[in-house]
Amino acid sequence: MSIKQLSVFVENKPGKLLEIVKNLAESEINIRAMSIADTKDFGILRLIVSDTQKAKEILSDDCVVTVTPVIAAEMSDKAGSLSSILEDFGYENINIEYMYAFTASTELGAYVVFRVDDNDAAERVLKSKGISVLDSMSI
Amino acid sequence: MAQHYYQPEIETASREKILEIQNEKIVKQVRHVYDNVPYYRKLMEEKGVTPDDIKSVDDIKKLPFLTKADLRDAYPYGLLGTDLKKCVRIQSTSGTTGKRVVAFYTQEDIDIWEECCARAIVAAGGTNEDVCQVCYGYGLFTGGPGLNGGSHKVGCLTLPMSSGNTERQIQFMMDLGSTILCCTPSYAAYIGESLADAGYKPEDNKLKAGIFGAEPWTEEMRRSIEKSLGIKAYDIYGLTETSGPGVSFECSEQTGMHINEDHFYAEIIDPDTGEVLPEGSKGELVFTSLDKEAFPLLRYRTRDICVLTRKKCSCGRTHVKMSKPMGRSDDMLIIRGVNVFPSQIETVLLNEGYTPNYQILVDRVNNSDTIDINVELTPEQFSDKVSETQAKEKALESAMRTMLGIGPKVHLVPPKSVVRSEGKAVRVIDKRKLHD
Ligand SMILES: [Zn+2]
Repeated sequence: MSIKQLSVFVENKPGKLLEIVKNLAESEINIRAMSIADTKDFGILRLIVSDTQKAKEILSDDCVVTVTPVIAAEMSDKAGSLSSILEDFGYENINIEYMYAFTASTELGAYVVFRVDDNDAAERVLKSKGISVLDSMSI
Repeated sequence: MAQHYYQPEIETASREKILEIQNEKIVKQVRHVYDNVPYYRKLMEEKGVTPDDIKSVDDIKKLPFLTKADLRDAYPYGLLGTDLKKCVRIQSTSGTTGKRVVAFYTQEDIDIWEECCARAIVAAGGTNEDVCQVCYGYGLFTGGPGLNGGSHKVGCLTLPMSSGNTERQIQFMMDLGSTILCCTPSYAAYIGESLADAGYKPEDNKLKAGIFGAEPWTEEMRRSIEKSLGIKAYDIYGLTETSGPGVSFECSEQTGMHINEDHFYAEIIDPDTGEVLPEGSKGELVFTSLDKEAFPLLRYRTRDICVLTRKKCSCGRTHVKMSKPMGRSDDMLIIRGVNVFPSQIETVLLNEGYTPNYQILVDRVNNSDTIDINVELTPEQFSDKVSETQAKEKALESAMRTMLGIGPKVHLVPPKSVVRSEGKAVRVIDKRKLHD
């Protein structure tokens, strides 16, 4: 069960990020998780929001926006739980493009978002380990 | 497609007939200029040429050249060929490369200019049943008035929109069913994007043809505009100095622009030596106005680099064809000693699947030239992975290096961030001039 992440191309200029966050706030869209990867010239902002479609429409006016399916896996509070997932992904030859952590709105705990090259395989691995993944309904 | 001509006898006249017209006109015209334009008479005297030496167009090569610098020196009235009383209009250039050029017109001059534009509209398939939307700038710029006049002569329903206000352009286009669009190619591309943004498909509009000019554009850009608007895109050429658009225009063959040879005599010269080059050579285009009264420029150096050909054209027109200018010394950038034309950059972008929206920034750091190119990213080209986006920049840089011979830095930027002014994209920012 993948969830939808918005990937936004942003120029690496002061105020650009603020503009985006403001635009979303004005339309009462909640940002559940956020991560940014940046270079000297540009950044790629990754967002998980309460209303993906609406957010995409709003941001598309002056940004390049795409929707990317990602997997959000629940992390138990035990040492080594992340490394065990990474190991299993490695066995299955699942490449992780990037990942970031966030805390969901409920009291459920911490999640790690995985952007991998094979979502189905990643889900199978997680399922076999008894790790639950977020669906778009629970965001 | 069936061929139509605005003035068939002239447009399909035999080579002999055209030469006869030209020879008759040039003798009169040189006399007219010698008698009425002291500035040019002085140039002729310096070269030791008199009107008696000019008996046919073959003798044109004996005449002195005029350049943009002459136009500056003679500003505003120095090249005027008639009494101001006979003049009814001026048009002017944007003055982006120095002082403005002010050109004068008698009513006769305007009639001929508009006829030239009418030939272009008919060559693009225009008839009195067409709705012709003119979104070149009106006012001092020759684009709007020229095509507007041509459209009237053909009998099209003319929409004098001028440039800008794209939303209104689209509204009129859809509500009144425009069939011919006249504007700059970059604005046509922008209208295409805006139509798509508004949810229109190429087949939703009634356009069949576009007449685009006033700035350099490439074959790739033509294909992209033709696709986005669902039309055939025709090139048109002209300069304020020679009247405006309509000096030459494309026909159904789309392989070059027929020069209206009954009004303009064209030569290709070596830009360094001034020597006239044989047909088929690449060189600088030089125009002699054969019948302009108010602003009769002889041997005006356009700075446009192109090729002339007399190969038989399938459209039936017999007038010589000029290639699309391959570059313009005004636009040409010399970067680290290498000649770079913006049109080359555009070609790379379109080949690589980008829009022709880019901006070149040239600067000098530690006495060495730098070139940076900002390229608008499209959703299709965007990846959420940093490495892939950087790889796209690198791929563009390497394609640019192959095309230009020097390595620019490419930066992907969000769409619509490249500045457009009055529909004309600001392509080059050369900061070196600030340091000199
Ligand atoms: Zn032709």
